[in-house]
Amino acid sequence: MTAEIEHDDINDLHTEPMLLNMGPSHPAMHGTVRMVLTLDGETVIKVDPEIGYLHRGFEKECEHATWTQVFPYTDRLNYVSPLLNNFGFALAAEKLLEIEATPRCNTIRTIMGEVSRLSDHLTCVGAGSLELGGFSAFLYAIEGRELIWDLTEEVTGARMTVTYARIGGLKDDITPDFADSWRVKRERLLEIIDDVDKLLTKNRIFLDRMQGTGIISQEDAISYGYSGPCMRSTGIDYDLRKDHPYFAYGDIDFDVPVGTTGDNFDRYLIRMEEMRQSIRIIDQCVAKMPDGPVNCDDPRVVLPEKERVYNSIEGMINHFKIIFEGIQVPAGEIYSYTEAGNGELGYYVVSNGTGNPWKVSVRSPSFYHMPAIHKMIEGAMIADIIPTFDTINMIGGEIDR
Amino acid sequence: MSKSDIKKLGRKFRKVVLDTSERLGMDTALIDKDAVREILEYLRDEEKMQYNMLRHLTCVDYLHRDPRFEVVYVLYSMSNKTQVVIKAAVPEDDPTIDSVHDLFGCANWAEREVWDMYGVDFKGHPDLRRILMYEEFDGHPLRKDYDKQASQPRVELRKTERDAIEEFKTFHKQQPEQGSRS
Amino acid sequence: MGLEQKLPGFITSKLGPAVNWARKFSLFQYPFVTACCGMEYMATAASRYDIARFGAEIPRFSPRQADLLFVVGTVNHKLAPFLQTVYAQMTEPKWVISFGVCASTGGFYDNYATVQGIDKLIPVDVYIPGCPPRPEQVIDALVELQNKIQSESWDKYAYERRRTRALHEGLSGQDPLKPSVP
Repeated sequence: MTAEIEHDDINDLHTEPMLLNMGPSHPAMHGTVRMVLTLDGETVIKVDPEIGYLHRGFEKECEHATWTQVFPYTDRLNYVSPLLNNFGFALAAEKLLEIEATPRCNTIRTIMGEVSRLSDHLTCVGAGSLELGGFSAFLYAIEGRELIWDLTEEVTGARMTVTYARIGGLKDDITPDFADSWRVKRERLLEIIDDVDKLLTKNRIFLDRMQGTGIISQEDAISYGYSGPCMRSTGIDYDLRKDHPYFAYGDIDFDVPVGTTGDNFDRYLIRMEEMRQSIRIIDQCVAKMPDGPVNCDDPRVVLPEKERVYNSIEGMINHFKIIFEGIQVPAGEIYSYTEAGNGELGYYVVSNGTGNPWKVSVRSPSFYHMPAIHKMIEGAMIADIIPTFDTINMIGGEIDR
Repeated sequence: MSKSDIKKLGRKFRKVVLDTSERLGMDTALIDKDAVREILEYLRDEEKMQYNMLRHLTCVDYLHRDPRFEVVYVLYSMSNKTQVVIKAAVPEDDPTIDSVHDLFGCANWAEREVWDMYGVDFKGHPDLRRILMYEEFDGHPLRKDYDKQASQPRVELRKTERDAIEEFKTFHKQQPEQGSRS
Repeated sequence: MGLEQKLPGFITSKLGPAVNWARKFSLFQYPFVTACCGMEYMATAASRYDIARFGAEIPRFSPRQADLLFVVGTVNHKLAPFLQTVYAQMTEPKWVISFGVCASTGGFYDNYATVQGIDKLIPVDVYIPGCPPRPEQVIDALVELQNKIQSESWDKYAYERRRTRALHEGLSGQDPLKPSVP
């Protein structure tokens, strides 16, 4: 009887869903995403994410640039790990040209790619903890990232937007004392990762916010094209570095951490473990760095030595033609994929045989993670949106391009 | 592995698979656009193939070629670890193709993006709105005949000092031409 | 004046410089973070570069509580109305720093989507070049802004607001400002 009355009371209560607009300028929206939420109290009934507030016309710009000029634009896709985007595009163009990078170049690309992945994961974990109220872990993570950026600056000359890769090679060899520099920094990095681990992993508040929130099932993950830490958190060991080895990953021993539940906490743990694995990969690569040239021996794509440019007419013409007309990539199309910080970064590149790409389409991991956000937060509390957004690690430049 | 898949597909759908190619290690099938749902569903559900993940969906605008557009589906099999590329040609005068949003979840947004950028209409899509541009935007910016710098501001832009400098420059550029004509 | 010697613990000043001194060392910033530059903004705010040393430590994520707007990153036409709204919501006195080349001039994104510099939308006080600028540049710009604040007239905002209100009310026949201008 009493139960019935209570039930009726609830039915009689005058409630109606409330519309709440989050973003596009919101501190927890990782840049510029707008979410129109329909709320019942504090429960999210419906979510309608709207993106495009950072659309900068990446593809249009690439179509008007030469093949080498595309690299600066790729830097700014996932701006937390620009090197990985660089190498992804270099690989796509090399597949179209049917050339292979030299072993030394491949090893350097592996090292610098993993350095970039460290920066990506540190930022994700640090910013995530900041948005949940843990400022200390953020400061530690940023300290680690500064170390990584120092290393990047030594090698490439820039902190963030590096433009380090070239088709068929690299801008430059790594610095001669890279191994020493890395040895010093890796000790501190491991300390920082341990510190962040201690601050967060067993923290009661952090656990309550992360565990059991933002769950995605295996079927949904496959259907929505998930990849990277988000896919692996559901228990599927889908890692392109293992499944389709590229660069030097084939000869390197590393583990792929896999989650079980597909919730935010699993994604966090996977990122923490991947950082340790990245350090392991870099250690191995530094130990067995092959000698030899960095750029491949192909005058179609690689700029001649400066000495030849200044002292011979052939070298001069070669240099001039590559710079002004661009690298002549044979007509064709390729879908090339690499494992970036957030997941599978694919380039669908179409060439019509001239110095400008006909189309450069990016399959960015974030763009395929975001459409399933309603599966994760509908029915959850409004506070769960923040950790879910953090662990998906939506990057504005990548999703809107 | 996937080579046989693409051949098998060609044998099974002889009428709608127009061409297959294996260039650069990409197993590609060019299909009739009306059969796209049928073929993607077959590739997804067939026991031995299981192309259950749509890696990428995009469109290419081949201006001055008939048919003008090509919608590209990159499919991946999680169990066999293989990839096939399905391409469907879409003509300019009838830029429509069937939506596959119910076969692959991620197709929802990817189709919205293709509609936004190229103006290819996906029949049966539940929510075909612009995704990267804004509602009042006119045209489809990634079409090759859309001018790169043709922006459509939403708000009135202020005049800045740079505008004055540019006006000054263009004025001085025009002056000698007028002089030479007279 | 020699008053300081007679009364230890006091300093004498004019009202304007004193107010400006207080303002320039308590800048509450609103980071309008859109893109890549946000990463360098984080680095500037974190421990190594520590923007707190220059009296601009606390980001307020409500424009109503902020007096310094950092526009960090590219602003496109879709986002333009929101930037103007945020700027309008800030209370006076307010200053704007344009962080990075994309915000200053559009950078190398010269196409249909991007606004060619936020000064097309709102007035800007200090521009920072760089793509993205290093933290040292950001701190330098902050110091530049502090110098600018110190040299400003402290009540010009109040004066302008009174004048606009008077113009709106149609009292421009007589000069309503004369008596109240200090």
